[in-house]
Amino acid sequence: MSAKPVAATTNPFTREGREFAVVLAIMLALIVAAPFLAYPFFVMQALCFALFACAFNLLIGYVGLLSFGHAMFLGSASYVCAHAAKVWGLDPELAILAGVACSGLLGLVVGALSIRSQGIYFAMITVALSQMIYFFCVEAPFTHGEDGIQGVPQGRAFGLIDLSRPIALYFFTAAIFLFGFLAIYRTVNSPFGEILKAIRENEPRAISLGYRVARYKLAAFVLSAALAGLAGATKAIVAQNASLTDVGFAMSGEVVLMTLLGGMGTLYGPVVGALVVVSMQNYLAQFGQWVTVIQGAVFVACVLTFRRGVVGEIAAALKWSI
Amino acid sequence: MPEPVSAAAEPLLAVAGLQAWYGESHILHGVDFDVSQGEVVTLLGRNGAGKTTTLKAIMGMVTKRKGSAKIAGGETIGLSSDRIARLGMAICPEERGVFASLNVRENLMLPPKIAREGGLTLERIFALFPNLAERLNSGGGKLSGGEQQMLAIARILRTGARFLMLDEPTEGLAPVIIQQIGRTIAELKREGFTILLVEQNFRFASTVADRYFVMEHGRVIDAFANSELSANMGKLHEYLGV
Amino acid sequence: MFLGHAITAQQLYGQLLIGLINGSFYALLSLGLAVIFGMLNIVNFAHGALYMVGAFAAHFLLHDAGLNYWWALILSPLIVGAFGALLERTLLYRLRGLDPLYGLLLTFGLALVIQGVFQNYYGASGMPYAIPPELSGAHNLGFMFLPNYRAWVIAFSAFVCFSTWFMIEKTRLGAYLRAATENPTLVRAFGVNVPRMITLTYGFGVALAALAGVLAAPINQVRPGMGADIIAVVFAVVVIGGMGSILGSIVTGFVLGVVEGLTKVFYPEASNTVIFVIMAIVLLIKPAGLFGKAA
Repeated sequence: MSAKPVAATTNPFTREGREFAVVLAIMLALIVAAPFLAYPFFVMQALCFALFACAFNLLIGYVGLLSFGHAMFLGSASYVCAHAAKVWGLDPELAILAGVACSGLLGLVVGALSIRSQGIYFAMITVALSQMIYFFCVEAPFTHGEDGIQGVPQGRAFGLIDLSRPIALYFFTAAIFLFGFLAIYRTVNSPFGEILKAIRENEPRAISLGYRVARYKLAAFVLSAALAGLAGATKAIVAQNASLTDVGFAMSGEVVLMTLLGGMGTLYGPVVGALVVVSMQNYLAQFGQWVTVIQGAVFVACVLTFRRGVVGEIAAALKWSI
Repeated sequence: MPEPVSAAAEPLLAVAGLQAWYGESHILHGVDFDVSQGEVVTLLGRNGAGKTTTLKAIMGMVTKRKGSAKIAGGETIGLSSDRIARLGMAICPEERGVFASLNVRENLMLPPKIAREGGLTLERIFALFPNLAERLNSGGGKLSGGEQQMLAIARILRTGARFLMLDEPTEGLAPVIIQQIGRTIAELKREGFTILLVEQNFRFASTVADRYFVMEHGRVIDAFANSELSANMGKLHEYLGV
Repeated sequence: MFLGHAITAQQLYGQLLIGLINGSFYALLSLGLAVIFGMLNIVNFAHGALYMVGAFAAHFLLHDAGLNYWWALILSPLIVGAFGALLERTLLYRLRGLDPLYGLLLTFGLALVIQGVFQNYYGASGMPYAIPPELSGAHNLGFMFLPNYRAWVIAFSAFVCFSTWFMIEKTRLGAYLRAATENPTLVRAFGVNVPRMITLTYGFGVALAALAGVLAAPINQVRPGMGADIIAVVFAVVVIGGMGSILGSIVTGFVLGVVEGLTKVFYPEASNTVIFVIMAIVLLIKPAGLFGKAA
């Protein structure tokens, strides 16, 4: 299903280590420069979605599980964080943690239910369960239904950094993104990641070797859910709201599109994909409903002719593993 | 009507330089042999020599093929397996391929008639395989190994295909059933069918075969007629490692 | 009963009827999904969108071509089914042999395109479709009033479902379908044009979805979003039933519709999610589905 995953080490003296360091340096430079080149709010949104896509990609690219309802983790964390910041008055970093805890817990429950099912069944189960979460969010009083939670205070991170200042908020968001991105990188290149790879390539063999395959998959699922929640919670602080769109099915579809377009199973693919899709949506907003059609057409085109995605194609051409 | 086998006549099947791949695996590296009308030809060789792949390649059931496989003079590399079947070819695979979700009658009647004449009638088929007539309504998955083998052979006899490829028809079967299959093949030969056989059990093959080709590592490495079998016993034992 | 407010027999039977109606749609749609999955190994995410197109086709036939409901019952599935066959022949067939998840992704994209196009032309609001005059009115059964159209939907859906089951399990054509599902390579080697069978099977599955759309048109409004609204529930139905069994899909669909209807009577807040909850329970006990074959 995915391109060859990163088998790199963090050792800068190996070829893979160097490739990773080069691309990372480029990405860091772009992140630092971005708020001065583009509208900071737009870049912050892109970073949140990039983290969301990276979290989603952890499942499909490295475990082989297509979660078609990942918005449930983004959105639930978003709501919890918004509520924690606005109603409980928590500092932003604590509110975010509350959101992450929620999505992680939800990930544990959803994962436990669905992890025993393979491939397509797994995808359908995630569709159904995320719809259930959506209905819950529509009904639950604390989400305020169609209105959502508005006016989420940005507060002072760690009691010190005033997040209502755009540049401070931006680097706070960027730091969170980098944390999540590097967490994924470390996971994929750890012994845990190697086992996940073994499971994806030959599950019966992994079982016969004594690995509790279900546990590894579940751990990866919870991690993916928690990181998606991290993205969602951060987004709630950045955008100062949480709404039904965040748990909606369109959101789940969009993160799949971002990852597919950027390159499933590559480290940087989801980041590039998120950037492209967010830009595309901003540009295409003037076309109203045609955005859906265009997104669908891009989906179809990618699956038919561009399965490796942008980064996948670049990686194949350069023979790099990124 | 059965036609006399003539060495001068163009072979019904002529395979030259045939290569075949399953997925990424390159199994056949250049197979050469031929089969004339009305002959029974046997492919011998160890496990993994490529005998089954050869049959499948002729039938167009592999991932990729190169080289030449001419049936009645016409090139078939590049044809899909349904087109090849309609030229008069039929296969009875090693795994038998009896459909478990169909009953015996449905299995038997499944392969469509590809020629108006030339197929055996149901009466003839039941005469050859009386057990099948009793089990018509049983599910395909409920048959014993021997019954499955008989069904797998029986169902290609109805279609009018005159070139039959049988892959290990006696594998894992009781001696009594093996004899029955041997009699059936001899009967089919008398009727003028052309048969390409893959067999590990060359004692069985020797009761029906006209010629043998020995395969190893995806190539044909030796060939001899049935009359030369005893003379080549030593070599055969070496090839087959028995 | 036990919820503090009295539930009248009228309410109960009324909801049971609605439950059976929804069950009819669940059954038809999950049947189509199961047939397509069996042959193509693809989960047709576009199924909901094509159900919607079926309803719109009926509307178009009536309002723009002057062809009434009875024509629509035949023409809509034919037209939409043909469109489905075209989709398979041009797009889906390129995915044969690949990981089935790509099929899911492709059909998801198709669903977005189809729904987006209809949403652009028709907006988000719905259009009504009149109940055919022959089926209007109701019969008084004594314990309840049974609207004729609703009775027709249930009866006709059951008829179509069981006819499909019969065709697949008991006829020669069905034998080809079952065999090709089990071992397409061998069936092709017997001289059967399996690729064409696959195309027609997809078309047939889509036609079933379109038929459900025509049946639904007089009951629900004809809206571009009607497919998206129903697809998640249909997926849950399919997971609960397990996709191995045609009969299983049909029975599960009807039963779950009724369960949903009953939940609306006794515990209305949960009616949206009861099927998902049942899915969660089934996953804990028998992940392959109630009628599914364990992998």
